[in-house]
Amino acid sequence: MASKALRGLTSAEVGAATTAALLFFVCLIVAGMTDHSGYAFHMVIFTLASGWAFFTVINRGFDPESAPPPRTIDGKPNYNMGPIKVATIAAMGWGIAGFLVGLVIALQLAFPALNFDLPWTNFGRLRPLHTSAVIFAFGGNVLIATSLYVVQRTCRARLAGELAPWFVVLGYNLFIVIAGTGYLLGITQGKEYAEPEWYADLFLTTVWVTYLLVFLGTIWRRDEPHIYVANWFFIGFIVTIAVLHLGNNAAIPVSILSPKSYIIWSGIQDAMFQWWYGHNAVGFFLTAGFLGIMYYFIPKRAERPVYSYRLSIIHFWSLIFMYIWAGPHHLHYTALPDWAQTLGMTFSIMLWMPSWGGMINGLMTLSGAWDRLRTDPVLRMMVVSVAFYGMATFEGPLMSIKAVNALSHYTDWTIGHVHSGALGWVGYISFGAIYCLVPWLWKKERLYSDRLVEWHFWISTIGIVLYISAMWVSGIMQGLMWRAYTNLGFLEYSFVETVEAMHPYYVIRALGGLLFLCGALIMAYNLWRTIVDPAVRSVAVARQSVPMAAE
Amino acid sequence: MTDLTHSHKKPTLWARHKIFETNSIIMIIGVLIVISIGGLVEIAPLFYLSSTIERVQGMRPYTPLELAGREIYVREGCYNCHSQMVRPLRDEIERYGPYSLAAESMYDKPFQWGSKRTGPDLARVGGKYSDEWHVQHFNAPRALVPQSIMPGYPFLAQRPLDADHIVGAMQANRVGGVPYSDEQIANAVSDLRAQHDPEHPGAEGFQRRYPKALQRDFDGDPRTVTEADALVAYLQMLGTLVDFKVYDNKANFR
Repeated sequence: MASKALRGLTSAEVGAATTAALLFFVCLIVAGMTDHSGYAFHMVIFTLASGWAFFTVINRGFDPESAPPPRTIDGKPNYNMGPIKVATIAAMGWGIAGFLVGLVIALQLAFPALNFDLPWTNFGRLRPLHTSAVIFAFGGNVLIATSLYVVQRTCRARLAGELAPWFVVLGYNLFIVIAGTGYLLGITQGKEYAEPEWYADLFLTTVWVTYLLVFLGTIWRRDEPHIYVANWFFIGFIVTIAVLHLGNNAAIPVSILSPKSYIIWSGIQDAMFQWWYGHNAVGFFLTAGFLGIMYYFIPKRAERPVYSYRLSIIHFWSLIFMYIWAGPHHLHYTALPDWAQTLGMTFSIMLWMPSWGGMINGLMTLSGAWDRLRTDPVLRMMVVSVAFYGMATFEGPLMSIKAVNALSHYTDWTIGHVHSGALGWVGYISFGAIYCLVPWLWKKERLYSDRLVEWHFWISTIGIVLYISAMWVSGIMQGLMWRAYTNLGFLEYSFVETVEAMHPYYVIRALGGLLFLCGALIMAYNLWRTIVDPAVRSVAVARQSVPMAAE
Repeated sequence: MTDLTHSHKKPTLWARHKIFETNSIIMIIGVLIVISIGGLVEIAPLFYLSSTIERVQGMRPYTPLELAGREIYVREGCYNCHSQMVRPLRDEIERYGPYSLAAESMYDKPFQWGSKRTGPDLARVGGKYSDEWHVQHFNAPRALVPQSIMPGYPFLAQRPLDADHIVGAMQANRVGGVPYSDEQIANAVSDLRAQHDPEHPGAEGFQRRYPKALQRDFDGDPRTVTEADALVAYLQMLGTLVDFKVYDNKANFR
């Protein structure tokens, strides 16, 4: 053995290799013993992944080139951008997949023959695939990419750990594959936005704890005394999602050989846990995390400081305090006690203020740079995103009022509301951040084409407008039809008549989704050309390390 | 911003925020405290308030066949389009039946109240349609309801039900608080088959263990217990356990 070439494994590599080897054997044994074919398939995936991880880690030990990279080069931080590049590409890929599945299920609602009457293509299994793909696969990868980028740049420090960031990115995406294929195979907990079964949840927990440690470890290496405001939001997001995930997924597996588990909570308690989780997946995953993105990328792109430091403090603490209370507005007029519903409604209405505090802080950061909206389509996308945030966080409190909710609940109005937040706010701030990140990460001086960004912006904006207005009309119409009475005092419409009335709006909605998907395809093309086209020149490495303003 | 660090006066309240901004652990502790309050206030009382843990006459755990049917309901994602929660609003009570009680989902793991009615509420669907209607409707929804947009599930009637796993499922439910007796768990597979076949040797035992439970072949194919049998058995009992002629809604107001 060429001992000269062997640099010796670090203790982290020994630990990782041992864990991977253990996981390899456990999963192999379970795969061989279970009688559930879908579960066996998942265990084979885990076996292959852990086997691959084992050999990759051991290989590093034999590779003298792979000595741990220095934290700084010539006094400048030696940023670790590899895992971030992977997460960025994954985000774009999952985004397109998630939008595509969304389009498919939108068409299924308009043309039910598209369900094909097969188990793995019916709406009930594809809808969780869509929601998880866009929220957790697209949104999650965007959050991981941006948070690990922002924490390095604002702390002027290399990411903590060498294997750990790779475990976070690859492990998270492995979780997505397990979750998504599981839905198609009928493996689900049956809890909205928390469908993955116990073994996927356990694996995600280890990935998430590692994510928190990588993030914190990088903060501990910082040069700046203060933690930048974007990182407060990322910390709030990572910590709270961990708490929510554990609370809502406390389940008893039938056995280690079965994918099935039963949640320990029952009925009404389970309902409250679910919407405590569900609404705060919105509040912390889709809001706090993406506000972290807003607080870095908008000031950076606009080359202006954050509008108000004090507003950041107020709206950060009030936002995370109030969001947690809002869950019961998903359970208005149910068997949940009235006092809990009223608390949920009250806090949801109050939540309007911290939400708009964030919106004002984002929009007013443009002070003195409003002209850039004409010239910079990427910045425009992010600013419009904040405007959609303001709109969705006004509509949300409105819909949480019990009298409004009595009409809107169970209808498409909710779907429209979610999508004005998801397509407008989360989608656009993510697109803006990725348009910024790709040239930065691949050290290019610009995007391949600003004109294509313009096309993306306008096509998808028309798509969003079609989507949400169709859902407003169909939702409010259906709510009114359900409660309509004839002058003899009978219910005017049978249920199926209200379904029939939805058809044109479902077609319009699908068209909106198609436009949004087209926009994302244009974006993917633009990014790909940015990375590979030699006409897009690289910038000198020196220019990349210009320090940015830290709060 | 600058006045925070260059002020000669005693630090303002704003400056005190520095402790969070300079110490990530204190920030995390702060976040944990702030997010705990709302959750604790809203969730903890639900475990002891009488209106949320009331016991109502008629409620019993699911039979093995119904539980298996419920698993299929969850597996196929029915909750994505159907709610199981009748709200106390005039039109809903007239359309679906008496409003849902907390107790009616006390053995539901997970709860299936749903959040969207692309199709109608199912909380009280039990007994509204015949078994045959359900089976045909699963086979081809638009054959019975031309305007329906529900997917077809013709495979359910063709798939034999995996009966053996039901013991583990009931045991896991019991760990989570569903009061299945040792006897019910020991006879689970026999009970599952007996509910499908009134001539089954275990039929009497089944009736003793689950009084008033429906007992018949549900999908029109008495030879095999199929997934359609289980799902229809589940749907046909939904919302039928509590007798609202005798239920006293003043005993626990909500």
